[in-house]
Amino acid sequence: MKPSLSRIRLVFRSTTVRLSALYILLFALCAAFLVVYVTAMSERLLAQQVREALIQETSDFLRAYERGGITVLLRIMERRARQPGANLYVIASSSGEMLAGNVASVEPGVLDNEGWTRFPFHYEPFTETGPPRPHVATANVFFLDNGLRVMIGRDLGEPGRFRGIVRRALMVALAIMGLGALVIWFGIGRNALKRIDRMSAASTKIIAGDLSQRLPVGVSGDEFDRLSESLNAMLERIEKLNEGLRQVSDNIAHDLKTPLTRLRNKAADALAQDREESRRMALEGIIAESDQLIRTFNALLMISRVEAGSIAAEMTSVDLSAISADSAELYEPVAEEAGLALTTDIEPGLAVHGNRELIGQAIFNLLDNAIKYACEADGAEPIRVILRRQADGLHLSVADSGPGIPADKRKEVTKRFVRLDESRSKPGTGLGLSLVEAVMELHGGRLELSATHGDEAVQPGLTVTMVFPLQKL
Amino acid sequence: MQMTGHESDGKSETCFTDGVTDAIVPHMKILVIEDDLEAAAYMTKAFREAGIVADHASDGESGLFMGSENAYDVMVVDRMLPRRDGISVITELRKRGINTPVLILSALGQVDDRVTGLRAGGDDYLPKPYAFSELLARVEVLGRRKGAPEQDMVYRVGDLELDRLSHEVRRGGKEVLLQPREFRLLEYLMKNAGQVVTRTMLLENVWDYHFDPQTNVIDVHVSRLRSKIEKDFDKPLLKTIRGAGYMIKDEA
Repeated sequence: MKPSLSRIRLVFRSTTVRLSALYILLFALCAAFLVVYVTAMSERLLAQQVREALIQETSDFLRAYERGGITVLLRIMERRARQPGANLYVIASSSGEMLAGNVASVEPGVLDNEGWTRFPFHYEPFTETGPPRPHVATANVFFLDNGLRVMIGRDLGEPGRFRGIVRRALMVALAIMGLGALVIWFGIGRNALKRIDRMSAASTKIIAGDLSQRLPVGVSGDEFDRLSESLNAMLERIEKLNEGLRQVSDNIAHDLKTPLTRLRNKAADALAQDREESRRMALEGIIAESDQLIRTFNALLMISRVEAGSIAAEMTSVDLSAISADSAELYEPVAEEAGLALTTDIEPGLAVHGNRELIGQAIFNLLDNAIKYACEADGAEPIRVILRRQADGLHLSVADSGPGIPADKRKEVTKRFVRLDESRSKPGTGLGLSLVEAVMELHGGRLELSATHGDEAVQPGLTVTMVFPLQKL
Repeated sequence: MQMTGHESDGKSETCFTDGVTDAIVPHMKILVIEDDLEAAAYMTKAFREAGIVADHASDGESGLFMGSENAYDVMVVDRMLPRRDGISVITELRKRGINTPVLILSALGQVDDRVTGLRAGGDDYLPKPYAFSELLARVEVLGRRKGAPEQDMVYRVGDLELDRLSHEVRRGGKEVLLQPREFRLLEYLMKNAGQVVTRTMLLENVWDYHFDPQTNVIDVHVSRLRSKIEKDFDKPLLKTIRGAGYMIKDEA
């Protein structure tokens, strides 16, 4: 029994339930006020009607008395008293002795003053039908010129009954309403609670480390579903970032172990050298190796900062045509040294909103790669730098005719430290394309990798295209 | 403690006569504001070995005080410092009318940082981690700035002449034809003649990109330039400084 009790306590702790409780309380207060007000008003109305009827009758009686004296008055009174639901009539002597009428007795003092009785008074009828009950009435009293006292009154049981009926009806309605509200309220609260329970169950699993868990999303598309959806989107992003992080740390561990081992071996080697000259050489090798490591770390830091978007500060209008031409010019001698030509096909006057440094570095990386891999090909075709405006954006491509990248591996190579030549025979950090992709993401663009040549006669080659979104500048 | 107050000490005198390190400017006095004591100790020692007196302040406030009270040739300021950050130190120094060249060191180390630093009044910027040779080369170029022949229209190194107005380069009276970029490369090297210029400095000043050229791009350009200015002459002028960069110098 205990768990169900605590569940009920939970239900009452939920926001929905608390809110609906507040509403119900407010509503009940309003309804109670309504009951009191309606009964009071109807009572007043009835009393008013009674008074008007009695005033009418009084004037009837006075007119009859003027016309025919006491005998006519008595006759009319007798006739009226016989009718069902009749009013109360009394004729009494000046000393208060009851002479005629349909009432056995009245409270003493009622007949002593002319006009309306100030308070309802008790009286006793002649005949009692049904169980005995207190008889309460209101009346108008007037004195005739011969000293006789006449009272015309009305039993007040009827308005009281009416008030009771109204009050009961309203009470019943209120009770039904309250009960209904309670049921609905409990149902909603429980339902909400159940959904929250499911959400927290999923969250617990996520906290435990299972980032693949998702919160349940219903079909109604209400605020709970929307909340779940956005939380799920958030989880998706976190999972992706986490995955990236894990992959990076794995790769860092792998890829930095090798140069560090090499560094260590070189240091040991330097220590073992006797000759000053060879020791110096070994030490220089150590410095070169360390510099390479520092470069790797710098590149890693750079990529993560670009990916985090924290570099977005300095975005200006960047002349893409000029950067492309500059980069080609910078790399042209490098290509030549590697036995390659470098040609350009650059549409002038194309600009993007971006960071010149980052775009420059991205192009440098692409040119580095192109020269590094294309020089393997014999009688290689030139490396081409192409900048074109197309319908979906500005396409900046670096195309080589090297060994290319198989279609199924193209997604892989933009990941950190991924290098296709397992032997690591080419120098490089394995971070170049990662940076390019991060830069493109920062600029709202994308990176496309494709083969330069379709036919098998030549090396397939690789064309890397940076697609910048078109924008108003 | 570090405030020596004397502009020269024995060490820099010996440097002046030392044949191996005579490329190094003697009598330079710099202030290093760096809170990492180990890095600072390494730096001051390495600077001293290069003939530069380096005072050290370990937080922003004392750095600002020392920088205001003493005349330094260059200040090396870490971006993140206790008690007063590097940028604020520079801003305050500039406000006080102290125009000592400042090199900013930063672990945050990216493009946007460089811009903030330079806007605050810094003169050069070096992201951590850096090679000491890079720092040394930059400090020396900054320290030389005072006497740099900024308004000289013709630079001369030995029999090599560069006319900044007509963009003509002559060696031994014979015209050497250079591409525009090669001209700028030579101009920068000659402006800092006798001083080591790193690859990064060349990429910055000739191509206006502020990052570490990962490959040998700069080397290729320098060797092209070298072949043009030294092809028909016996005497080499443009030297490669191993592990650091390049230097143009007339070996008298």
